[in-house]
Amino acid sequence: MTAPEGPPLVEMRDINIAFGGVHAVENVSIDVRAGEVIGLVGGNGAGKSTLMRALSGAHPADSGQILIEGKPVTIANPREAKVFGIETIYQTLALADNVDAAANMFLGRELTTRLGSLDDGAMESATRKVMHRLNPHFRNFKVPVKSLSGGQRQGVAIARAVHFNARILIMDEPTAALGPAETAQVRDLIRQLKAEGIGIFLVSHDIHDVFDLADRISVMYHGRIVGTVQKDKVTTDEVLAMIIMGKKPGEVTTEELAQLHA
Amino acid sequence: MTAPATQKVTREGGPRSLRSLLLSTEVDTRLLGMIAALAIIWIGFDIMSGGLFLTPRNLWNLSVQSSSIAIMATGMVLIIVSRNIDLSVGSLLGLLGYTMAMVQVMWFPSTPGTWLIALVVGIALGALIGGFQGVIIAYGRVPAFIVTLGGFLVWRGLIFEYAQGQTLGPMDSTFQLIGGGPLGSLGQWPSWAVGAAACVGIVYSLINSRRKRRGYGFPLRPVWAEVTLGVLGCLAVLGAVFVSNSYLWPDSLAHNYAVAHNIVEPAGGLQIPTGIANPVVIMIAVALVITFIATRRRFGRYVFAIGGNPDAAELGGINVRRTIVSTYVVMGVLVAISAAVQTARLNAAVTNLGVQNELDVIAAAVIGGTSFAGGVGTIPGAILGAVVMQSLRSGMVLLKVDSPVQDIVVGCVLVAAVGLDAFLRRRSGS
Ligand SMILES: Nc1ncnc2c1ncn2[C@@H]1O[C@H](COP(=O)(O)OP(=O)(O)O)[C@@H](O)[C@H]1O
Ligand SMILES: [Mg+2]
Repeated sequence: MTAPEGPPLVEMRDINIAFGGVHAVENVSIDVRAGEVIGLVGGNGAGKSTLMRALSGAHPADSGQILIEGKPVTIANPREAKVFGIETIYQTLALADNVDAAANMFLGRELTTRLGSLDDGAMESATRKVMHRLNPHFRNFKVPVKSLSGGQRQGVAIARAVHFNARILIMDEPTAALGPAETAQVRDLIRQLKAEGIGIFLVSHDIHDVFDLADRISVMYHGRIVGTVQKDKVTTDEVLAMIIMGKKPGEVTTEELAQLHA
Repeated sequence: MTAPATQKVTREGGPRSLRSLLLSTEVDTRLLGMIAALAIIWIGFDIMSGGLFLTPRNLWNLSVQSSSIAIMATGMVLIIVSRNIDLSVGSLLGLLGYTMAMVQVMWFPSTPGTWLIALVVGIALGALIGGFQGVIIAYGRVPAFIVTLGGFLVWRGLIFEYAQGQTLGPMDSTFQLIGGGPLGSLGQWPSWAVGAAACVGIVYSLINSRRKRRGYGFPLRPVWAEVTLGVLGCLAVLGAVFVSNSYLWPDSLAHNYAVAHNIVEPAGGLQIPTGIANPVVIMIAVALVITFIATRRRFGRYVFAIGGNPDAAELGGINVRRTIVSTYVVMGVLVAISAAVQTARLNAAVTNLGVQNELDVIAAAVIGGTSFAGGVGTIPGAILGAVVMQSLRSGMVLLKVDSPVQDIVVGCVLVAAVGLDAFLRRRSGS
């Protein structure tokens, strides 16, 4: 894919986030263009979720800049992120367990009647439509989501993120709890959303997912960005070396690459 | 060989089919259990008191006493559901009661409409103080337990500061009607009208929910279950109206009324049915409004979502802090309404007004199924809980049980009720 002209859809510059003494994200810069999928990979605790939570307003950065279409913005909370069209599927799913799928999908953005009362009928039928795309067999619309399976819960979280015409989509391990069929469905969905011109950050531990879907791959290692590479200019081994050893393709020796498979 | 086997099958089939029968009616089994417990308490007290408990007079008084606790319990449900607590309601009730008394006795004693000024001032102050506590909890991040424990001490202390231990009264004559009593009740025909309206409401809501379920293609309750529910609900309502109308005005009051209206008294005096007391009417109105807010409005949905998962609610874009503040504003308003009921009933503000009310209110909500883990609770449950609490107290008063012993019993019942509920929930795996 050839990069279009103009500023990226989202650019995060020199982001720093610390928890007490733990520098979870250190001077990280990353960007995504419209219709592009950025694969964000790295070992456990590398800082991927923390970086994404800064963009989604869940935990604002200590320092650094966020630009949307070239304009600096501040995102202090999730409500402000949604105003910019940033939707997020959190790794923790962030569902209210005691209410049903429709209530979760419309959480904070409930449909109401003209008199301001909840329009449960409308919300439920919209939920049925979206869920049908993700999981045609899903039927449990009237039960609290705590009684759903892991995959179904993940489906609800995905449905919520894609229903509201996002411009920027953050997907933090979106297929972690899904079976093969559902994973395939989500992959199709990502391709479709990409074709609609949405900019997507795809956080994943599954390197095949990333190679399949991403245009560029950004690798994090101990809170820093090792590098951002065009997917079709690297091999999976080179990306693995970035993830495991924190070394860029040029810096890594053939012996080290061989060791990956030892 | 076959006989025992068959027996075993039927023995297992018995309870299972009873349960499936109950399930098919989709009645909240928890609520049913509470109604059963209430029936046991009432019949038990009636037997022990030699028939003094189940009299129109006692039940009518019970309805009035339960109202002021039930009004506050509806708000406490919202607070506990969102994983907070309010220990200050008893003291706040005292402070607001005093304020409303001061409006009538000291500030605007002879102004027309002083009762309305008192109400408006009380409700506004209740909302303000509730909101103030809510802001400290939600924005100041001080635990609700601590903030309202502080409120518990401060508001009670303020009463003594500005009342110097004296009783303030009497209240404006219109204001007194809020508190019930023979004059502050609906009387015979309006009570029947309210009962009839309630029956229409029950039937309408059953039909409406059936229509909706059919529209969504959900399984429907069997028709016999719908009819049984409707008939039982209407009978309960009409029975309550009948009981309240069986409670007659006291002789002296009826005599004065007859004299004032130039009515010739029949032998044995004029028989004037009292009807539903105003506090009960207010409580029903409050319950309907809060139920509507809790189930049909965004605010209610947010309260439950926050209780289910506060982080998810925040990430979903809910303004969690503002919602929490609102629950305390609602609570303050309800405390003001209860304060009006209690001061009007006593026809005075006394320094121990509302003492221990916080415990009765919290107990009512919790006995009614509100969970401290958050996210779970119902308004009808809390109202039933309030009736259970007041039934225990008033029954023990009838039996002349000392007040410390009353506290012991209430304390044990509270723990036992919640313990039993937790046990049953674990067993049913929900
Ligand atoms: N809320 C938090 N409080 C304290 N430390 C945190 C918090 N969130 C993340 N961390 C720390 O920040 C680092 C990065 O975590 P995270 O972003 O979740 O990594 P990843 O998503 O790449 O696995 C880890 O060391 C983690 O322990
Ligand atoms: Mg993570």
